[in-house]
Amino acid sequence: MALSGNDGRRSLLPGAAAVVLVTVFLIVLLRVENQKAIIALLALGIGAVIAANRLGLLKPVARSFSEREDALGLLAIGATLAIGAVFHEDHFVLLLVCTVVLYTVATLGLSVQFGYAGVLNFAGASFFGIGAYAAAVLNQHTAIPHLLVLLIGGLMAALAGSLLLLPVLRTRGHYAAVVTIAFALLFKTFLEVNDVLGGPQGLQVRGMTILGWSFNENIEIGGIELSFYLNYFAMSMMILVLAFVVVRRLERSWIGLNLDALRLDETAAGCFGLNIVRWKVTAFLLGNFLIGVAGTLHGMVVGFVQPNNYTFADSLVLVSILLLGGIGNPWGVAVATVIVVIVPEKLQVIQEYRFLLYAALVVVVLLFRPEGLLPRPVRRYFSGWQP
Amino acid sequence: MTQNPAPREELPLVLEARGLTRRFGGVLALDRLDLDVARGEIVGLIGPNGSGKTTFFNVITGIYWADAGHVSFDGAEITRATPQAIYHAGVARTFQRSRLSLPLSIFDNIMIGNHKRLNQGLWFNLVRRQAFRAEFEHSFAEAQALVEVFDPPLARRMLEPVAGLPMIDRRRIEICRALISRPQLLLLDEPSAGMTHEETSQLMDDILEVRKRLEGLSIVIVEHEMGVIERITNRCVVLNFGRKIAAGTFAEIAADRMVQEAYLGLK
Repeated sequence: MALSGNDGRRSLLPGAAAVVLVTVFLIVLLRVENQKAIIALLALGIGAVIAANRLGLLKPVARSFSEREDALGLLAIGATLAIGAVFHEDHFVLLLVCTVVLYTVATLGLSVQFGYAGVLNFAGASFFGIGAYAAAVLNQHTAIPHLLVLLIGGLMAALAGSLLLLPVLRTRGHYAAVVTIAFALLFKTFLEVNDVLGGPQGLQVRGMTILGWSFNENIEIGGIELSFYLNYFAMSMMILVLAFVVVRRLERSWIGLNLDALRLDETAAGCFGLNIVRWKVTAFLLGNFLIGVAGTLHGMVVGFVQPNNYTFADSLVLVSILLLGGIGNPWGVAVATVIVVIVPEKLQVIQEYRFLLYAALVVVVLLFRPEGLLPRPVRRYFSGWQP
Repeated sequence: MTQNPAPREELPLVLEARGLTRRFGGVLALDRLDLDVARGEIVGLIGPNGSGKTTFFNVITGIYWADAGHVSFDGAEITRATPQAIYHAGVARTFQRSRLSLPLSIFDNIMIGNHKRLNQGLWFNLVRRQAFRAEFEHSFAEAQALVEVFDPPLARRMLEPVAGLPMIDRRRIEICRALISRPQLLLLDEPSAGMTHEETSQLMDDILEVRKRLEGLSIVIVEHEMGVIERITNRCVVLNFGRKIAAGTFAEIAADRMVQEAYLGLK
């Protein structure tokens, strides 16, 4: 059923207003350097969200996202590009934004694994690292086109993940999670003792080049010098949009339903013909592929890889993003990544205590809002579809 | 109230269990059980708690394997088949304790039961969204029509989560989930559990109504409520300690002395 023009505009408005407000808030937050001003801003932001919640302003926002997701998605892309434009010569901010975007892609992968299929992966950072190391080695020693390297990095992460498939399929719940923890710990040790991969010092990663266009050179348009990170920003955004569409369509299909069914009740799902192994494997490998692609590009963005960047603690950060945002809600993942990556970078006082902050945040969320900041709504196969 | 028992010999058998045995440690949950179900027949399976009724369902649907004996369904051997294969062959069930996926919508829960009739290809689901949309809309109409047989108001709430619904609606949805794939054999495990007398009687009306529409559907029902058994079954089988102790129409088994002792508590 088509929405009438007036209805359509009305339901679009709350979501669009939210996107614009958040964008403006982020631009100001990223601009401000004064620590006290940042604390005040964050307090203002938290206060505004709580007040909006109390006044019942968040419900229409959620509704408008569920009804007009396509339009709001385009608006969100536009808003993110606007952030890129505002900070076109600021290396630091653009690097930060790239990190947010790529972490979002990685967490979308985790979301497919845990949020849909119920397989908790505590080795997210390891698979991210596999992508990054693939970028380091392939860009250095081969002439494989870099777009293809992104794909290979994702496939390598999926391949490495398939080592874990057997134990993950044979165990359930917490036991499967323990297997992934073991992998995360082994992975870092493996990198540290492996001289070919640079040992503890790690490796340099050559920047991305596509058809002779080097991503590591500043861009000059009409006498204005733009940060070279804009190249990476554009690339990261393309990957994010693709990943988002794939994950969204996955959820809004029979496959998403299969994954939910097997997560919620494996026995009942089996009694209705579901091939548990097939779908768990699909979800796990697809999730790892997304994490790997994100890691590969991230390796090229930061220009070097070392074992300390891909520790168990980093995996925990990815999981905490998932819990914070709302398990299985891709919008929640995006919002939570913004919070978890940007706040400690801007607020240097807490930089050292950031793991403490994440832990406290997760505990608070689990206590007061166990479904996360943006709980996953009931599945709508097509946004705005009415019976 | 009892419907006339169908003349069984003339109808082809849908389910044939021979010498079915299942042990749990030292306990014989099923003890050389023979049980046949003919096409279109409603068989009541009764017996005290722990007499093996649910185990029988679990063995038929492949959740447990039989230690000995054979099961064939529609002429094909299914003794060692997986739950998936048995569902695909045309057996669907409900569970004693409702096993719906509570956070999912009514429609989603019913579609879980429709697995074999939906296109499960990755390409179809992710890329061919127009084709997917057609299948989705068709399935939605079908599921809604099925729910409408049970309860028209419920059919208007297809996209609401199951979590907030009362027990009778959950039972209805469970039965719709089992029926949507048009099985040949439906196994109902205590559909009246957790419901009042009126609700139970309403649900049984609905089941009989649905069966009229699905030609040739056979049903095996486990039930403690004797009114239900008397009303809807053609034939009953009584279990005790995993063994069949009597079989026949409800009137026949109700008159059986062994059954009265074992189950109805009469001395």
